[in-house]
Amino acid sequence: MTLIDLANPTKFLSLTARVLPWLAGATAMLLAIGLYQSAIAPDDYQQGATVKIMFIHVPNAWLSMFVWGVMSIAALGTLVWRHPLADVAAKAAAPIGAAFTFLALVTGSLWGRPMWGTYWEWDARLTSVLVLFLMYLGLIALWRAVEDPSRAARAAAVLTLVGAINIPIIKFSVDWWNTLHQGASVLRIGGPTMDRAFLIPLLVMAVAFSLLFVTLHLAAMRNEILRRRVRSLQMLQARAFSSEVGIGSREENASKQESGAA
Amino acid sequence: MSLGPYATFIVTSYMLVATVVLMLIGWIALDYRNQRARLRELEAGGIARRSGRGAADF
Repeated sequence: MTLIDLANPTKFLSLTARVLPWLAGATAMLLAIGLYQSAIAPDDYQQGATVKIMFIHVPNAWLSMFVWGVMSIAALGTLVWRHPLADVAAKAAAPIGAAFTFLALVTGSLWGRPMWGTYWEWDARLTSVLVLFLMYLGLIALWRAVEDPSRAARAAAVLTLVGAINIPIIKFSVDWWNTLHQGASVLRIGGPTMDRAFLIPLLVMAVAFSLLFVTLHLAAMRNEILRRRVRSLQMLQARAFSSEVGIGSREENASKQESGAA
Repeated sequence: MSLGPYATFIVTSYMLVATVVLMLIGWIALDYRNQRARLRELEAGGIARRSGRGAADF
């Protein structure tokens, strides 16, 4: 199956039906391994057991940005290539991205309280991630507010591409500004600074959450395709109903005119 | 496994992630069921796709 074949929603649906059970199984297995490794990971010499929050906070934070990246590529697909599944992909990803961003913010806050002494600080990293969360909510609202899907798709694609400016700001905020949030310790030039005892569970959890996103995204895309089929069938139904009513009223008028003439 | 004095923060974080992920899974599964049911209803009412294939068929 080629990429062009996947532009056909029916072929895409048959692919998701085959792939989703395997993806769900792999996600569950990897999450179980990651959670076990997180549980047996040693305490950090400074942070103690609170380091365990990192194994769920960091994958959610990475995915909050990654999902927006996926939506930005989909936005290009909508605006440039007019790929039929591009808007479906972007619309399906937004609530999942919003959930990951919400979790990154709240788990970060719960980690921050014992380590920094505060749940929240208006520093560059935290504020830019909050802005990302609000942008996700804005996009979801936009898709719901505009009834015509093709008009909503174009508006959402433009907003997504404008919002993509925030992604490098989030990533480099800890380098550009003096923030309470620590600097990068995994994805950095010169390699990770983290000990393997923490790095391996973190990477396993990151892969598990990425697989979770792929699984949920494919399932949500399938739902969105079905929703659009429902909409087009409802429009067909409405058209059939209005033409029936039109024919009925014309016949009624004609018979009235005939009886009047008689 | 001892979680030390900050156990509440750690347990709350994991519980919250589990809750939100389960809610996402539940919402997507429920949405799928609803869309399939609406498609079946429409087809039962005699509305068919131009291709003639069942709308809920893959």
